[in-house]
Amino acid sequence: MAKVSMTVNGKAASGEVEGRTLLSSFLRDTLGLTGTHVGCDTSQCGACVVHVDGKAVKSCTMLAQEADGSDVATIEGQANADGSLNVIQQAFQDHHGLQCGFCTPGMVMSAAALLKDNPKPTEAEIREYLEGNLCRCTGYHNIIKAILAASGQDVSAIAAE
Amino acid sequence: MPKDNDSGIGASPKRREDVRFLTGAGNYTDDINVHGQAYVHFLRADVAHATINSIDTSAAEAMPGVVKIFTGADFAEVGGIPCGWGVTDRHGNPQQEPRHPIIADGTIRHVGEIVAAVVADTVEQARDAAEAIELDLTDKPVVVDMAAALAEDSAKVHEDLSSNLCYDWVFGNDDDDAVQAAFDAAAHVTTLELVNNRLVANPMEPRVAIGEYSRGTDEYTLHTTSQNPHVIRLLMCAFVLGLPEHKVRVVAPDVGGGFGSKIFHYAEEAFCTHAAKACGRPVKWTSTRSEAFISDAHGRDHVTKIELALDSNNNFTALRTNTMANMGAYLSTFATSVPSYLHGTLMAGNYKTPVVQVNVKTVFTNTVPVDAYRGAGRPEATFQLERVIDKAARELGVDPIALRRQNFITEFPYETPVALTYDTGDYTATMDKLEEIADVAGFAARRAESEKKGKLRGLGVNCYIEACGIAPSNIVGMLGARAGLYDAATVRVNATGTISVFVGAHSHGQGHETSFPQVVADMIGIDESMVDIVHGDTGRVPFGMGTYGSRSIAVCGSAMVRATEKIIAKAKKIAAHLLEASDADIELKDGQFTVAGTDKSVAWGDVTLTAYVPHNYPLEELEPGLEETAFYDPANFTYPSGAYACEVEVDPDTGKVTIERFSAADDFGNIINPMIVDGQVHGGLGQGIGQALLENAAYDEDGQLLSASFMDYAMPRADDVPFYQVDHSCQTPCTHNPLGVKGCGEAGAIGSPPAVVNAVVDALQSAGKNVTHIDMPLSPARVWAAMNG
Repeated sequence: MAKVSMTVNGKAASGEVEGRTLLSSFLRDTLGLTGTHVGCDTSQCGACVVHVDGKAVKSCTMLAQEADGSDVATIEGQANADGSLNVIQQAFQDHHGLQCGFCTPGMVMSAAALLKDNPKPTEAEIREYLEGNLCRCTGYHNIIKAILAASGQDVSAIAAE
Repeated sequence: MPKDNDSGIGASPKRREDVRFLTGAGNYTDDINVHGQAYVHFLRADVAHATINSIDTSAAEAMPGVVKIFTGADFAEVGGIPCGWGVTDRHGNPQQEPRHPIIADGTIRHVGEIVAAVVADTVEQARDAAEAIELDLTDKPVVVDMAAALAEDSAKVHEDLSSNLCYDWVFGNDDDDAVQAAFDAAAHVTTLELVNNRLVANPMEPRVAIGEYSRGTDEYTLHTTSQNPHVIRLLMCAFVLGLPEHKVRVVAPDVGGGFGSKIFHYAEEAFCTHAAKACGRPVKWTSTRSEAFISDAHGRDHVTKIELALDSNNNFTALRTNTMANMGAYLSTFATSVPSYLHGTLMAGNYKTPVVQVNVKTVFTNTVPVDAYRGAGRPEATFQLERVIDKAARELGVDPIALRRQNFITEFPYETPVALTYDTGDYTATMDKLEEIADVAGFAARRAESEKKGKLRGLGVNCYIEACGIAPSNIVGMLGARAGLYDAATVRVNATGTISVFVGAHSHGQGHETSFPQVVADMIGIDESMVDIVHGDTGRVPFGMGTYGSRSIAVCGSAMVRATEKIIAKAKKIAAHLLEASDADIELKDGQFTVAGTDKSVAWGDVTLTAYVPHNYPLEELEPGLEETAFYDPANFTYPSGAYACEVEVDPDTGKVTIERFSAADDFGNIINPMIVDGQVHGGLGQGIGQALLENAAYDEDGQLLSASFMDYAMPRADDVPFYQVDHSCQTPCTHNPLGVKGCGEAGAIGSPPAVVNAVVDALQSAGKNVTHIDMPLSPARVWAAMNG
């Protein structure tokens, strides 16, 4: 067992981990941040996406010890300071960009990383960026629409609310 | 009807459940941890068929953290997992029904079957110890292919059964000679052989089960990822573990998608419940995705030959279909109903074909059990019917849309030759709407544009009908169902007027927490924020049958309406007492009870308070309190229908298919929340397009699942699908439920695969390729081979 320390959602966090402990397990099991979900074991589904030092990372694919000393952001830290939904979260609600909610944390974290690098992505750019995030409920329609809307683009012409 | 405000029936308020899901505050089963819990890891078979000579657990038992190791012998005294539907074959015999053990009892019959279970302090310790278990196996011949499994000399999946045939079932017209005579008299017969590819449901949340046992009260609690907790409790208690139901609570909290795969009672649920008592501490299991691929029930897997007979005017005169349907190694909960009563009954489709004969042979193989997956039988029926109609149109040189229109059922109610009575529908209207939203008229110009780019463009159109809101109980009982299919709701009004509605339906993405309160609030005329839905806990909700078959609003919603009607009737009596009037004269509008024709009124909140503080109250005539339950068993299925259009581009150099446009015109009857309905259709389309282009659960001849992870099983991704054009303005309300609703959950998955395949065939034929069919998934390799074959 080894001790790891990191900043998670702006607060200091630490714990004892095995060498094989994944960052996703550390977040969920040690820190109790269960908003980060694990939907596969081959780094395909993206439900576990968090930000490590500002970059989107699949937390099931990073050892907790690798994140030692890092600045980690998870879905639990995304809302505005007053607790209201941030722009991306609000767009997902406004445009029905989620159903069962299981992929949603990863989708929101990926969308945030995309919009940070590319504030006005095209539909095609969003679809390509989300290749690493699987959703089984929405057929992606309203997720794409929500991210376009969150980037301030007009989505009124897109079929069906 | 759509309203211009944000509340009530027909409005699209934002989903209230979204806030917790968007902030990481959901409560999925794996998020739950119980004090003192141990973890189970299942050692699963890595061969498809073998005799277990011995299992040596001694080394594993000595490993760190191990609490207890279970093998099949530990479950010899408990029941097997039951099949919930008994189908009678064409000769009057019952289906062959093998024992389905919790842990393999001497024989392994599919890769993924549980061979042993290790309970340990941590999941890592359990996994490590499982690797130290020594199995002595003798391989047996593996049966994978259905046709080979039915051969007389085939090895058997179950030695104690007479063959690998589960049942040989005939439905519709069972007079072979009469059916043949109809074909002999035909001016044209179109024949098509096709495969409905095997799929894995893959909800994004893998299954989880946590069993707890309280020694003090002799009570069990099972938290599980289920679409129907009461069904799980009943099956587990009555058939597997022999526990009294009142001592068992089953909770399905937030569930991350189901699509059918979380209907069924699984071995892991019974195991964790049983092991919690045996180990003296809670036992938790969290499936990995790799386990899910080989332990969640699969879907589809039909091989079909369909024949359509037409007269000289192109009227359909007869339809005959022969299908082999894979059951896998054991019968999952509703496995036998899917290829029979959820498939054969839909073979008339939207058409007035007078003679329909359906033959289905269900087959045991050394593969994972197969059961309902979104649509369940109806996609298989729709796919073959809409493909053969398309092929017929091309053979006859007529417009596929016109051929369909000519044969539409136009008068309702309509009794089909396959036992259903469609109450309402307007297939011409949905086709008109489809042609409008899909801009069918503009297709030729779009094809010309594609051809300029060197791409082949195709248009595929099809219709679908489904039987939803599965029930009524007496009918399904006659057909072999071993459960009722009503649903239940309790409306509990609190003293201050807020309401908790306890429903038997379970929401795992469908948004019930938003849409159900729209109905209750609308009926009473109060704000929706005063109404909450409680679901997913047998300790709290009345005995309901859960969510599947697009039944939640049609069946459970109807129960909720009935219970609310009882509440209103009682509340009117209380209001009449307070207003010193006759309850027949009391009107309820916008949360105010008024004496008709006067200005005397009393508010909802005053009446509810009076119900619980009954000082001025007719206690001799009326009980205090305001809580009512209704159980609703519908008179018929509901019949959503629609018409879908897909436009594809095919790259002739690579065979790659791109979906350029997809349009869906559905008739769901009345609609509670259009935003949620659109989302349900979108999701179904995504899954249907996935089946058509990408997904395939492929086995090799040794019974190894080749596509057993997301690296090999091609799930649809965001760049595989387009924006969809969805319309549900054609509405013929259901005639037999109080809301006039039909259900919308499965339509997209049912209606979309044939549209995609029809479109690809159209594209290839536009280039002069003599391609009449390609089996799904239409991968680039398959399309290229068809073009160049």
